[in-house]
Amino acid sequence: MGLLSRTRVTSQALAERVLSGDRLALARAITRVERERPDAHELLSALYPHTGRAHIIGVTGAPGTGKSSLVTALTQAYRAAGLTVGVVAIDPTSPFTGGALLGDRVRMRALSGDEGVFIRSMATRGSLGGLSKTTGDAVTILDAAGFDRIIVETVGVGQAEVAIASTAHTTLVVEAPGLGDEVQAIKAGILEIADILVVNKADRPGADRTIRALQLMLELEAGTPRQLHHHGQVVRLQAQLPAGKEGEWMVDVLKTVAINGQGVAGLRERIEAHRTWLHDSGAIVGRERIRIAHTLENIIRAELNRRIVASMPADGLDDIVDAVRRREVDPYRAADKLLTKF
Amino acid sequence: MSEDKIRVLVAKPGLDGHDRGAKVVARSLRDAGFEVIYTGIRQTPQMIAEAALQEDVDVVGLSILSGAHMTLCPKVVEMLRAQGQDDVIVLVGGIIPDEDVPRLREAGIDAIFGPGASTKEIGDFIRQAVAARNEA
Repeated sequence: MGLLSRTRVTSQALAERVLSGDRLALARAITRVERERPDAHELLSALYPHTGRAHIIGVTGAPGTGKSSLVTALTQAYRAAGLTVGVVAIDPTSPFTGGALLGDRVRMRALSGDEGVFIRSMATRGSLGGLSKTTGDAVTILDAAGFDRIIVETVGVGQAEVAIASTAHTTLVVEAPGLGDEVQAIKAGILEIADILVVNKADRPGADRTIRALQLMLELEAGTPRQLHHHGQVVRLQAQLPAGKEGEWMVDVLKTVAINGQGVAGLRERIEAHRTWLHDSGAIVGRERIRIAHTLENIIRAELNRRIVASMPADGLDDIVDAVRRREVDPYRAADKLLTKF
Repeated sequence: MSEDKIRVLVAKPGLDGHDRGAKVVARSLRDAGFEVIYTGIRQTPQMIAEAALQEDVDVVGLSILSGAHMTLCPKVVEMLRAQGQDDVIVLVGGIIPDEDVPRLREAGIDAIFGPGASTKEIGDFIRQAVAARNEA
C-alpha cells in the first residue's frame, strides 16, 4: 500500500481511491471533510455523482436507551443478510474544553474484524440538533464508497434534536422502559420524526407500559400531518398521497433486546419494509428533496458564515464592542454597519 | 477556520480488565481538548489497528498493565504501518520496566509514560508530536 499523506494527496486522487474501496482513503476523506479543508468541496463534488444508492437509517433517542447496542445488533443482522454497513456515531463535544470522549465503539466491539463494516465516531463540535456539521458529508462519502446501508447514531437526545429526520431515509426513535415519564418524549417532537418506534431493553419491567404509552401517542397523532419546523422551514415528512393509492406509512412500536438480539430481525424487516414503501409510493422523492434542501442550506450557511468572518475587521471586534459599551452606538446599528461592507 | 482537533484512540490491549488508568487518561485528554475515541478493554492489536484506521486518529495510546507490552506494542505498530498509517504517533502508558524502554522505542513506540506521568505531560507531548509531524 502506497503512502497516503494527510495533506499532499489531491482531492481527485483521494476520491478515486475512495471509489476503489480503499479503507484508509475513506477514513482520510472523512477527516478532510470534517476538518473543513479548502479542497473538501472538490472532494465531495468528485464523490457526489456516485451517491444515492445507500439507504440511510437514523437512530436517535435519549441517553441510556441502548442506541449503540441496537446499532451493533442491527448491523450484524444486515451483515447476515449479505449487505455492507457504514456507521456514523455522534457523541457530544464538551462546551467547556472543546474535547470529546467518543465511546460508542466500546459497545460495537462485536463488529470488529469485518471488512463489510466501517465505523466512524464524530464529535458534535458545537453543533446542535444531535448531529455534527459534517455528518451529512461523512454519509455522502460512505455512500460513494459503496456501503449498502448507512446507520447514523445521533447523540443521546432529549427533546428537540431532530436534525436526523432531514438526514436519514428511515428514522428510528429508541425508547427504553423506566426512563421517566412518557410526556418527556412528546414535548417537542422527537416522536413525530419516527418512522419506526423501538422500545429497547424490552425485557425490563415496565416495557409493556412504555409500549402502551407510545401506542396511545401514535393514536392521538394519527391523522395530523407530520410536519417538522427546522431552521425556520416547514418540513413535511410524509408525502401527500392520493387516497387509496399506496396508503400511508403506519408508524408502529417494536420491541427489542439489543444485547441478545431479540426482536432485531423483525426491526430489520420493518426498516426494509419502510424502504420498500418509500420507493413504491414515491415518498422517497420527498425525503430526498428534504435531504438535499437541508444539505444546500448547510453549505450556503457555512459559506456565508465564512465570508462574514473574513470580512470582519482584522483586529477583531474590540473597538466596536468598546464603542457599544460606552453607548456611543447600539449593537444593532453597529452590526448593520459591519454588514454593509460584506 | 477552526483549529484542527487532534484525535486520539485510547485502547487497552491484552487480557487484563484493569481499565481505570485508561479511563482516567481518556477523560483527562478530553478535558485537555482532544477528541478521544475510547475502545474499551481486551482489544487485540488487530482490533486496535482497525479502529485507528477507521477513526483516522493522529495518536494511538495503549494502556498496558499486564506485562505483555513487549509482544503487544510492536504488533500494534507493525499493523498500523502495514495498513499505510505510517504517521500515527503511538504512546504506551502503564507499568513498563526501564530495561524494556529502549526496545519499545526501537519498535516504533514514540513515548512511554509510567504511573508517575501527569496527564498534562501526556497532552503536551501529543501536541508537540502532532505539530512536528504536520511540519515534516
